[in-house]
Amino acid sequence: MLGRRSWIGVGTIATLLAAWFVLTTMTGIVSPARFPAPGEFWTSLRQISVRGYAGGQLLTHALHSLKLVAMGFMVAILTGVPLGLWMGWSRKAEAAINPVFLIIRPIPPLAWIPLAILWLGLGDAAKIMVIWFSAFVPSVINSFAGVRNIDKPIIEAARMLGTPRWRLVSEVIAPAASPMIFTGLRLSLQAAWTTLVAAELVGALVGIGFILNMAQQDLYPGMILVGMVVVGLLGWATTWLLGLAEKRALSWNMAARD
Amino acid sequence: MGDASLSLRERLAWGAFGLVLFLGIWTFLSTSGVVPGPFLPSPLEVLNRIIRLMTNPFAGATLPQHLASSVQRYGFGVLLAAAIGVPLGLLMGWFRLLDDIITPIFDGLRFIAPIAWVPFAALWFGTGIGGPVMIIFAGAFPPCLINAYRGARFVEPRLIEAARMLGTGNMRMILEVLLPAATPSIVAGLRVSAGLGWQSLVGAELIVAAAGVGFMMVQAQANVATPTVMAGMLAIGVIGMLIDVLLRQGEGWLRRRRGLEA
Repeated sequence: MLGRRSWIGVGTIATLLAAWFVLTTMTGIVSPARFPAPGEFWTSLRQISVRGYAGGQLLTHALHSLKLVAMGFMVAILTGVPLGLWMGWSRKAEAAINPVFLIIRPIPPLAWIPLAILWLGLGDAAKIMVIWFSAFVPSVINSFAGVRNIDKPIIEAARMLGTPRWRLVSEVIAPAASPMIFTGLRLSLQAAWTTLVAAELVGALVGIGFILNMAQQDLYPGMILVGMVVVGLLGWATTWLLGLAEKRALSWNMAARD
Repeated sequence: MGDASLSLRERLAWGAFGLVLFLGIWTFLSTSGVVPGPFLPSPLEVLNRIIRLMTNPFAGATLPQHLASSVQRYGFGVLLAAAIGVPLGLLMGWFRLLDDIITPIFDGLRFIAPIAWVPFAALWFGTGIGGPVMIIFAGAFPPCLINAYRGARFVEPRLIEAARMLGTGNMRMILEVLLPAATPSIVAGLRVSAGLGWQSLVGAELIVAAAGVGFMMVQAQANVATPTVMAGMLAIGVIGMLIDVLLRQGEGWLRRRRGLEA
């Protein structure tokens, strides 16, 4: 049975869809040049799925964007998490790296886009670079904070038992810091999508942002809406996947958190 | 942790070491020709360019003028987000029905990156001031709403019960009970909003704008004027940091005034 809350939710969405239809198709209060009618949205969706738009079919664009986010995100995890763990572990590393970080951190990842295009062109490499940058900072900060928040006695106990260094890192520090690390990853993922869309809007040859860019230039509201819906769906799907990974990785910790 | 705590002196020494290493590698890469000159100017060149941009216009305006038009748009967008987000959040925290209606819409829109609104923003409000303001709004709005809502939702129930018993109406309840109690949460949300808004502004200006730092950087990129691109990045970083510092000050002032801190 659905609760009261869900019923109202369903009702709201239904009302919105109905209002969309009434305002556009039925009465024309909202001009189709400003916002597409449901029919136009459907036509655009069919056009891009079957015949393609902006040089490819929807699936091609979506998979390309997904691939770039996955790659940039992976590189950010592989570099950011170890760096954050190291900075959390070693005060010297923290003291040496922090000032550099303080200079770079206030620069929003999106501001790297022109430089990335200058260095690497309009292809995939530039996008992966900016995605890496956007996802890197939250990974480092949260991994760092994760290590710093570990109860000291845990580390001391492990040390007293003569745990060798690499086991200390892989079996004590990394797991204890992992809830915070995952919080960082969730922020990273969000930042990665935002950055990708922006980078593709600024300059690309394929991808969701490129669809949006072309649709904007063609003054094609139906296709703009398709692009936005796909951006939202991909963001939602990847966040869901990350949540699944988190649940698996942190199953030992879930009971304590609930 | 791994090693004992460092004294202030050691910290400074390590910090200086890190900075020197960073700037040293950067200078080496640019002057030795490992990276071709036009693509990586040395730190000194970037500094020189900033000084020159102070008086010499690029892409139609000097750096301070570009910054002024960026900050103006930014102010509009963030104020608009706060002016709508905070009251709406408080109302949602008080009226259950409103909460049940808005939350599903909000959850549906949450996953769309603010920057994806750019095409509609350009279509609806043009590329002058309206379009960028809408993007800033899209970036800054969610934290305003969420934090006001949470702040209002988690008010000490005893306060609400006491106020109710004294016959407080809805309006006064929101203004005189929920708002003050939610203020710390709202202020924290505003700080997040300010940061996200600044980031959205940069994105918006890269794509649709005819002035502003982002616009300057895109133009510089098209002309392979790398020092100007880097100057823009630095300016964006500095202003972003200033905004955060100012808001922190404001937050501290508010906390002290309310006696939350000695």
